[in-house]
Amino acid sequence: MTPSPHRIVSRRRETADTWTVALEPLPGHELPMFAPGQFGMLYAFGVGEIPISVSGTATRLDPLRCTIRAVGGVSGTLAAVEPGDLVGLRGPFGSIWPLTDAIAGDVVIVAGGLGLAPLRPAIHHLLAHRDQYERVVICYGCRSAAELLYVNEFEEWRRRFDLDIDMIVDVGGPDWHGKVGVVTKLVELAAFDPQNTIAMACGPEIMLRFVALTLKARNLPPERLYISMERNMHCAIAQCGHCQFGPRFICREGPVLRYDDIEEWLKVAQL
Amino acid sequence: MESIEEELAATRMFRHLTPEQLKAIAELGEDVEFPDGRALMIEGGLADSFYLIRDGFVAVQTQSPAGPITIETLHNGDPVGWSWLVEPYLVYFDVHSRGLTRAIRFDAEALRQLCAEDPQLGYELMRSFASVIVERLHATRLQLLSIYARTATA
Repeated sequence: MTPSPHRIVSRRRETADTWTVALEPLPGHELPMFAPGQFGMLYAFGVGEIPISVSGTATRLDPLRCTIRAVGGVSGTLAAVEPGDLVGLRGPFGSIWPLTDAIAGDVVIVAGGLGLAPLRPAIHHLLAHRDQYERVVICYGCRSAAELLYVNEFEEWRRRFDLDIDMIVDVGGPDWHGKVGVVTKLVELAAFDPQNTIAMACGPEIMLRFVALTLKARNLPPERLYISMERNMHCAIAQCGHCQFGPRFICREGPVLRYDDIEEWLKVAQL
Repeated sequence: MESIEEELAATRMFRHLTPEQLKAIAELGEDVEFPDGRALMIEGGLADSFYLIRDGFVAVQTQSPAGPITIETLHNGDPVGWSWLVEPYLVYFDVHSRGLTRAIRFDAEALRQLCAEDPQLGYELMRSFASVIVERLHATRLQLLSIYARTATA
C-alpha cells in the first residue's frame, strides 16, 4: 500500500518528548476513516515509517490526530514536523475497541502513560454517545504529573458529572497533591458492576498484566477485558512477521485483543 | 456512620476475622478526624498507633531539600502504619492528611498486648497485615520499574 500524502495542520506539545500532530489529506485524496483503536503507519519521507497511535479520529470538521513520542530517528523526525510539512499515511489498520458491545453497561478505561493515546478516540465516542452507556470510569496512571497527556482536555473531563475519572502518578513531587501509587490502585477504588462492564486497557505490558489481575480480583469475567498491544509492527499487513505473537499478527488480529485470548502467550518468556 | 466494629468487618484486610476477634480489636479503636495537612505520623517518632482510613486520603511522604516527596497515597479502607508490629517501633515516613480525613486510631501497645494474650487473634492480625504489606511491595516494585518510559507509540 502506498502512503497517502498528508499535510500537517498543527502540532502541540504534550510533554517534554511527546507531541500530537494533526494532519489532513491533500486535495483529491480520501479522508481516512479510522475507528477507535485502529492505528496508522506514518511515513517521514526519506527517513522511515512507524506505527502510530491515532489519538483523534478524523471527522468532516476535525483533522486526524496522532500522538508521537520522540525516541528514535523516525519518531523524532515525525515529532518535529511543522504545520505545512508533508508526511505519508497508510491505514487504517487493525481491530477496534468494543464500544458497541459495551452499550447499556459500565465501561472501565485503564490507561498507562502513552497508553491514553489510543484510548482517547474511545473516550470521545463514549462522551459523544453518553446516554448509551451506564457508568463510565477512567483510570489513568503515569510516571509523574509532567508526563500527563492532553492536560486541558483531562481537566474538562474531570469537570463532567457523568464521568468517574482519576489519575495517579508513580512519583509525587512537592507540587503534586493528588494520588500517588500504581494505576491498579485506581482500579481497586473504582465503582462499577463487574458483571455488566467492559474494560479497555492500554499501556506497558507489565501494567496490563497487573490490571488484568486486579480486574480478576474484582470479579470481572475474563472475556470482558480488552487491551491494545504494541509489538514491532512494520508492514501492518501481516506479511513481514515482525508483530507475530503466537498464532496472531498484532497488526491484523490486533492491536485491540481480548485479554483472555492472549493471556497465556503473554506469559511466554521473551515472546 | 458505621460503628468501628462494622467498619472493620467491611474492610477487606479483616474479612477473615471472626466477630469476636473484630470486637476485641474494635474496643481498642477510637474515631479521629484530621483537617487538611495534619500529620498523622512523623518520621522518627514512636509508632504507637496505626490508623484505618474511613473517609479521605493521606500521603506517605519523605522530606527532601526540594520539599516533601509523596511515595504513596492511601485511601478509604487502607491501613496506615505497620511499624508498630516490629521493633524498634519507629516511624520511617511522614503521613499527612489530604483534605478532611476521618479514620480510626488503634492503640499499638494495647494491640500487641492483646495479641500476646490471644495468639490466635495475633496470628490472624499478622496475616491481615502481611497481605497488605505484600500488596504494597508489589505496587512499590511496579513504581520502581518506571514502566511508562520509552516507547515511541502506545
